Amino acid sequence: MSRTRTERLVNLVICLLSTRRFLTAAQIAATVPGYEHDPDDAKDHEAFQRKFERDKAELRELGVPLETGTASVFDSEPGYRIAHREYALPDIPLEPDEAAAVGIAARLWQHAGLAAAASSGLAKLRAAGVDVDPQATLGLEPMVTVDPAFAPLTAAARDRREVSFDYRAPDRDDPTRRRVQPWGVVCWRGRWYVVGHDLDRAATRCFRLSRVVGAVRVAGAPGGFEPPPGLDLISHVARWSGPVERTGRATVLVRPGRAAGLRRWAVDSGSGPAGDRLVLPYADAESLAAKLVGYGPDVRVLDPPEVREAVIQRLKEIAARHDELTVTGGAR
Amino acid sequence: MTRPATRPAARPTGPRAGGNRASADRLARLLNLVPYLLARPGIEIAEAAGDLGVTERQLREDLELLWVCGLPGYGPGDLIDMAFDGDRVTITYDAGIDRPLRLTPDEALALVVALRMLAETPGVANREAVERALAKIENAAGDLVGAPVEVRLQADSRRVEQLRAAVGRGRALRITYYTPARDETTERVIDPLRMLMVGGRAYVEAWCRRAEEVRLFRADRIDAVVELDEPAVVPPQARPHDLTEGVFRPSPDLPLITLRIGRGERWITEYYPCERVERGDGDQWLVSLRVTDLGWARRFVLGLGPGVAVVAPAELADQVRAQAVAALEAYASPDGAPSGDPAGSASPR
Repeated sequence: MSRTRTERLVNLVICLLSTRRFLTAAQIAATVPGYEHDPDDAKDHEAFQRKFERDKAELRELGVPLETGTASVFDSEPGYRIAHREYALPDIPLEPDEAAAVGIAARLWQHAGLAAAASSGLAKLRAAGVDVDPQATLGLEPMVTVDPAFAPLTAAARDRREVSFDYRAPDRDDPTRRRVQPWGVVCWRGRWYVVGHDLDRAATRCFRLSRVVGAVRVAGAPGGFEPPPGLDLISHVARWSGPVERTGRATVLVRPGRAAGLRRWAVDSGSGPAGDRLVLPYADAESLAAKLVGYGPDVRVLDPPEVREAVIQRLKEIAARHDELTVTGGAR
Repeated sequence: MTRPATRPAARPTGPRAGGNRASADRLARLLNLVPYLLARPGIEIAEAAGDLGVTERQLREDLELLWVCGLPGYGPGDLIDMAFDGDRVTITYDAGIDRPLRLTPDEALALVVALRMLAETPGVANREAVERALAKIENAAGDLVGAPVEVRLQADSRRVEQLRAAVGRGRALRITYYTPARDETTERVIDPLRMLMVGGRAYVEAWCRRAEEVRLFRADRIDAVVELDEPAVVPPQARPHDLTEGVFRPSPDLPLITLRIGRGERWITEYYPCERVERGDGDQWLVSLRVTDLGWARRFVLGLGPGVAVVAPAELADQVRAQAVAALEAYASPDGAPSGDPAGSASPR
């Protein structure tokens, strides 16, 4: 955009903010420098109209609330104005420590689009008179990252529009098309999910945003559904990953100086001639067995039998699987 | 400053390109500039430029452009007016642009989500201020945010809080640190640079005197911390990591392993950065990934269980098999003492 066009747009904003009446295009052209043209010259008039359309689009793109209406019941031609209360950022009285927090929050985004949105939002707060200390730090700062599906899904959830997307779950061979009414988006322990009503499964489902393949397609009209009242988005995601209670106790024998990863996790330990004895808390015998097998001959389970048997069974199968491979040359 | 005698006439046909990013940015900047200066009468131009992230020259060009804006023909009070006093500027007439434009839905969402993330981060110094700020922004943004976005991070907040306080006091730390790549716990002295949170996990980024380079230490792997009686001194050549691509960025000189995995192990393709994922026969997939250490790969493959077979390198397949066999022998021997090579490494067959 040339300097001229920028200047014309600033003037258009000033003109439409200053009027209470709706101004027609002709009235605007007579007031705003840069729109001078001969309305009787069809070609010139058409050029003006194109220019005016582009300018309106540009302002709307920027978020300027351009109102359309007619000045009186006798007018048929549409007019334009900007209501100051719709245009202006409301007063946000931020204390210095609050302003510092917003300043820090604005630079956490690692996603280019949202980083730009955060800093232009911050620029508006500063323009409203908020001073932001650029040196402030909170000691620990999260890097805020999102998957590409974040923007379209939050927009669809905000507008309550149905969406469809291809979804790849690793235990399925191919992505499947899902149709969802998105209720909201959740960050749970560093991963993003969308929670909503799955139209094909006719049930509530959570989808991990990193598994969405390709574009999110908006299918329905705005306001196309109503999320359930009293919705607690987090609870839907947390349901499958609540805290694990490790009430079981297993005793293992560990070679001296080995299996550091198990030692830091033991609730009790002692050393003997055959090695160090560790007591490990666990919730599920099979997953403990998997972990212990990782240490090979450095670790031997003494108790309980169910963990010991699970470990031996796994070791046999692993040995057999790699034997086969060696015999058939699969590993070579 | 004297106003140009005649307002520069706008040419009827300007460049058609319009609407590019830089120009939209400039318009947004100009609409912010008037209220910004209005709120700070007599601000130094250099200070304002620094604050707004533009050069002084750019700011002067912006002021010059605004100087000729306003409604024409009605006299001096109709154009944006400003008074200059040396290097200072004061807006004396704002032509109606006395407030910045309201936040767009994207701006509101970006600020609110980042603030929620900050409020949820364990060990953040002034959480209360973050929460107050969040409430005010949410209030001002109104239904723009209505945006159903929630954040819960849940890390071990006590450990993180303790580390954050220690890092904040600016002293060198002696830490006991567990390194899964080598399955060892070591003591080392570090000079912290900063603490950060990536993907729901807290890290201390520090100069490691043992490794003599900048390292990221995961908070949940720091088993003990002692603050030393000396300040943290970070050598000038130390640079923080670029974490935009994640914490672990496998470099091509690391060993590449290839595994054949079943349906039950496909989760590793989401959990570890894989160089290649190919569909094999039936349920089987072929997966290649870089590992920092073959010893880690051996524990990893053994831990994954019988659904996984090592395809390459052969050395790893041998080690996995030898370890499984040696472990089975230990269970079979009557005294139960682990037998064979105590180092547990695979011997060539």
